[in-house]
Amino acid sequence: MSERTAAERPGRIDAVPVRHPLRWVAVAVIAVLVAMFLNMIFTNEAFNWSFVFEAMQQTPVLRGLWMGTVLVTALAMVVGISGGVILAVMRLSPNPVLSSVAWVFTWFFRSVPRLVLLTTMGALGILFQQGLSIGVPFGKQIMSLLGVDSSLTFLTLDANQIFAGIWGGVIGLGLSEAAYMAEIARAGIMSVDRGQAEAAEAIGMSRGQTMRRIVLPQAMRVIVPPTGNETIAMVKDTSLLIGLPLSNELFYQLSSIGSRTYQVFPAFVAAILFYLAITSIFMVGQYFLEKRFGRGFGQPSGAADGRIARLLGRSQQH
Amino acid sequence: MSTTAEPTEPTPPTPSSQLTSQTSPSARADSDHRRLVHAVNVTKAFHGTEVLKGIDMDVHKGEVVCLLGPSGSGKTTFLRCINQLETIDGGRIWVDDNLMGYVDKGGRLHRLHDKEIAAQRRDIGMVFQRFNLFPHMTALQNVMEGPVQVKGANKGQAKARAKELLDRVGLGDKHGAYPAQLSGGQQQRVAIARALAMDPKLMLFDEPTSALDPELVGEVLDVMKELAKAGMTMIVVTHEMSFARDVADRVVFMDAGVVVEEGPPSQCIDAPQHERTRRFLQRMRQDPKSV
Ligand SMILES: Nc1ncnc2c1ncn2[C@@H]1O[C@H](COP(=O)(O)OP(=O)(O)OP(=O)(O)O)[C@@H](O)[C@H]1O
Ligand SMILES: [Mg+2]
Repeated sequence: MSERTAAERPGRIDAVPVRHPLRWVAVAVIAVLVAMFLNMIFTNEAFNWSFVFEAMQQTPVLRGLWMGTVLVTALAMVVGISGGVILAVMRLSPNPVLSSVAWVFTWFFRSVPRLVLLTTMGALGILFQQGLSIGVPFGKQIMSLLGVDSSLTFLTLDANQIFAGIWGGVIGLGLSEAAYMAEIARAGIMSVDRGQAEAAEAIGMSRGQTMRRIVLPQAMRVIVPPTGNETIAMVKDTSLLIGLPLSNELFYQLSSIGSRTYQVFPAFVAAILFYLAITSIFMVGQYFLEKRFGRGFGQPSGAADGRIARLLGRSQQH
Repeated sequence: MSTTAEPTEPTPPTPSSQLTSQTSPSARADSDHRRLVHAVNVTKAFHGTEVLKGIDMDVHKGEVVCLLGPSGSGKTTFLRCINQLETIDGGRIWVDDNLMGYVDKGGRLHRLHDKEIAAQRRDIGMVFQRFNLFPHMTALQNVMEGPVQVKGANKGQAKARAKELLDRVGLGDKHGAYPAQLSGGQQQRVAIARALAMDPKLMLFDEPTSALDPELVGEVLDVMKELAKAGMTMIVVTHEMSFARDVADRVVFMDAGVVVEEGPPSQCIDAPQHERTRRFLQRMRQDPKSV
């Protein structure tokens, strides 16, 4: 070794990189397909782009987008996530009453299709006796008032509005979501090492504190990514609100404009563009949430970055 | 350390048939002021298999007891029973004259509520084999968590105290590090600081160095030696014979759920009386990883 001169020892690597001829073929094929697609979009009369953009700016459409789609999604997810976490904690509790209540709730709401659920909820105002026992907020007060005097008609009307209106949508979609979120939250809680709860108990924390301070923050790392999926699915499921019937909602407004003006297809395109936009915004939110709850795990830049880097790294190998 | 104000609780009864059938009469009629841990005839079974078969153990204030024994002999289980991460099936455990997990009402034991059990645990620090630091918190936050959340301590004071403790275990420059950014030895020292932050009367160590690379064992043992020197009462499950020999006041050798032999390290390690102890120590000497 020592006899060799510096020139003989291997130096900086300057190698020919692996060639990827197939990749270039794929790029060419895709470029042609994209060109064909763009050609169709811009030359086919059926698209009627000016109509698309005009439809997207109509006040009822924007109100439907904001109220029926964005707001209901956000509120239903709030109900769904908090309900789901509570259900998951109940499911995992040693108390058999709590865990079976949670099981039955999950079983019921996972079994009923959302369109069916919403349509049924819309009818609850009329069949008020049974409907209110689901565990709806202010259900009890309404019931007790119902049995009392003749002001009942007023309240029945109220109930009707509640169930058929935007709150009906939030409650119906939120409870249904809670059933799915319960499973996600349960998986998240169970993903946290037992030793964490033991360490927390060993410094004298109560069960509640252990859950709140130690277990749930770590479970969030597992809970957030599927919750992003659920949120995006919820955006799309708000189009089922018409079952209530709630017409103050994006897709219904656009499709009714479409049928009124005999421009059905451009109206659908307008709806798709809106759904793409909302979903993209929620995806950005998800990215930041994942970063926030990835603190202390893996590289400091956050779990989401790591995953992207890994994906990119893998695609380079092919 | 002094207990001049001995709690005026009634003398606990002898273990009744409720928990165990075998009892030693007058389990602790004499209230020994120097005694911190008093375990009598502790039994524990998992799914019908008895893992602890009547353990008696006393630990005095300021004493360091090393618990030795082959794998599966029940050392971890016994430690976990002391701070009630496991419930015992029979016998009694007192820590600082508090009966762990139960209250005696007219001769009948009543199980304590979770909250009361949590309160009993505050005075007992535990250090785990696998550290179990909270990964979403920095070293400083890990140490502050107990005082702030459990004792309701003022945040500023808890922070100052936590810094002091981290300095004491030699991690003055790692306050802001997350556990994943620390070596095993550093993590274990944070875990010790976290336990100390609750001002425990008793520290339990369950093989605190056996998950560490050999070159990191020393730094953790040094912290434990300091702690022992400062007068902390400690029960240490370990396979580190030199630590046991140098630091322990007493060594307890367990096998198959019973205490086989106990005494000062000079006797128990260097001149064991029992065949089982001898065999275990022999194997330890040949291959410390085999046990
Ligand atoms: N949660 C549990 N469920 C069932 N069995 C258990 C449980 N915990 C411990 N055991 C069993 O109890 C016995 C004693 O285990 P323990 O962990 O107390 O041994 P140990 O002396 O600490 O051993 P080691 O040196 O390997 O840590 C073992 O046979 C083990 O399999
Ligand atoms: Mg063990």
